[in-house]
Amino acid sequence: MIELAREVRRSYALVERNFNLIKRYIGWEIVFLVYTVVNTLTIAFIGVNPATGGGGDRVLYLVVGALLWGFLSVLFHEVAESVQWERWEGTIEYSFMAPMKRLSYLGGVCLFAATYGAVRTVVVMLAVVSLFKLDLGNANLGAALVVLLLSSLSFIGVGLMAAVLPLLSPEKGSQAAHILEAAILLVSGVYYDVSVLPGWLQPLSRLSPATYTLRAARAALLRNASLRDIGGDLVLLLAIGVVLIPLGLRVFNWGELHAMRTGKLKRSG
Amino acid sequence: METALECIGARKVFYVKKEARPKTKPSAEWGASPGEGGANGSGGDAALPGAIAGRPAKAGAGEHGSADIPSNGGAGGRANGSANGPPNGRFRGRSAFSRAMATLFPRSVPVQAVSGVTFNVRRGEIFGILGPNGSGKSTLIRLISTLLLPDEGEIRVFGHDVVRERFAVRRLINRVSVEAAFFKKLSAMENLSYAARLYDVDIREARKTAISILKRLGLGESKVYEPLEDLSRGMQQKVAVARALLTSPVLLLLDEPTTGLDPVSKREVQDYVLEVREGHDTTVILTTHDMQEADRLCDRVAVIDQGRFVALDTPAHLKADLARDGEAATLEDVFFALTGKALKESHPGEGD
Repeated sequence: MIELAREVRRSYALVERNFNLIKRYIGWEIVFLVYTVVNTLTIAFIGVNPATGGGGDRVLYLVVGALLWGFLSVLFHEVAESVQWERWEGTIEYSFMAPMKRLSYLGGVCLFAATYGAVRTVVVMLAVVSLFKLDLGNANLGAALVVLLLSSLSFIGVGLMAAVLPLLSPEKGSQAAHILEAAILLVSGVYYDVSVLPGWLQPLSRLSPATYTLRAARAALLRNASLRDIGGDLVLLLAIGVVLIPLGLRVFNWGELHAMRTGKLKRSG
Repeated sequence: METALECIGARKVFYVKKEARPKTKPSAEWGASPGEGGANGSGGDAALPGAIAGRPAKAGAGEHGSADIPSNGGAGGRANGSANGPPNGRFRGRSAFSRAMATLFPRSVPVQAVSGVTFNVRRGEIFGILGPNGSGKSTLIRLISTLLLPDEGEIRVFGHDVVRERFAVRRLINRVSVEAAFFKKLSAMENLSYAARLYDVDIREARKTAISILKRLGLGESKVYEPLEDLSRGMQQKVAVARALLTSPVLLLLDEPTTGLDPVSKREVQDYVLEVREGHDTTVILTTHDMQEADRLCDRVAVIDQGRFVALDTPAHLKADLARDGEAATLEDVFFALTGKALKESHPGEGD
């Protein structure tokens, strides 16, 4: 129990450090946040544009996609880039030399990512709500929250798998993580239904947890679907998380050992 | 006396990508400058002796040369066989296609960074490791720090194996690297708080201790809250020393801790290292290029060259061994005597 409390405190080191970094990079944080707000508004305007057959639930459909993708991509990014960021700063050796279980290290990274992503998403949502009359009268917000929670688990799992890439190849690993993120964006139906994808891409959409997240969240927010209605997607999201998180940790440990064998933890010296 | 560190036949080999060089590169340029060894482009890389740096490798005293054999000799086998000519030699006579392929997919060649090193460090000792750039000092420190896995041999810190009992070892050690590795946007205090939390040191106590250590090292409290990127390299290095000491390590690994410090700061750090050893029962392993520093601080020093220990003794004995005809020798004389041959070999025709 005492050891668990210690590990939790060690995890908090990562959360505090990253929020301190946000304070120090506050100018860039504001710029990125403004860009995300504007980007989401632009997407919402496409929904009301009569030239593209706008109106009805289209705004909410697109806004749900933009907000969820905003949250999930931040989650993925923060987890997947955690190692790369430390390599770039040159601190990875120091952090990895600390007497801290890797689970606690990654737990801290994930906790920060989820908190940071949630705060950003709320700010963007407030901006959208202030400009558009979104009809949430038919929305099951509780079910949407459950979707968000379970999808966080599955995206943390995907992020952990991607986080190992910079340990295997410092330069190419980060590039591969970006390509993976782009592929998830393309096939998951963030702004469109996956049925519009070419036939050869549609099987890939079934591999992405974002597909089930978006489908379930839209059902809850646009059609007042209950937890029972979206139960299938929830089970899938939970299963992806349950499989990918331990697998991601295992792969991460393996990647760390590989880096220790090949000397890839160091940046210089 | 209790043994703080046992290193038995530790060996580490890296596989580095052999760089493609222009075909017409003059052969005079292929030799790296003395001890630079940065074949993978990172410059001053840890321990890249041998042919990669354009430096013929010595066979030394066998694969597992003992630290107790202060020998630089041995029949000169050449590592990887590529020291027979300039690195660009492999491209001569090849087609543009094969040259392009070799550039795109460079061959990896093995480089012995640490080659069968054996030594013990006693509890409370300050043990120095001297060697030219790229001789294997930092690699050895990383092996002890659990940041690298040895290919062969065993390293134990207070009886704990650095591979099998990494976690236990990590509780006992801390390290100051030659590069002050910090989140440079964060202040010294924010970085130190992060370190304290990682090591589960009480945060309030840690902040007080940090300020007191930094004051002792000559860094005023006002600097503690400034982003580290605004502090000089010397000041950053003092923060790195404070960070390591904050966690009360019983084995402190100092990898060129005073490189880049002005003479006053250097002396402050050296004094503090002595103070820590006396006051906190800390064992120190120190790598340095500063022979005066080694002479002043170290109880024993090992000289490492091309991954092998070529001497290990007290500074006084090493100097006495070299002194001739009543002429006293310095530790610098010892260093050049033990590693000078390698310097000459890396620059054929120069400075004979």
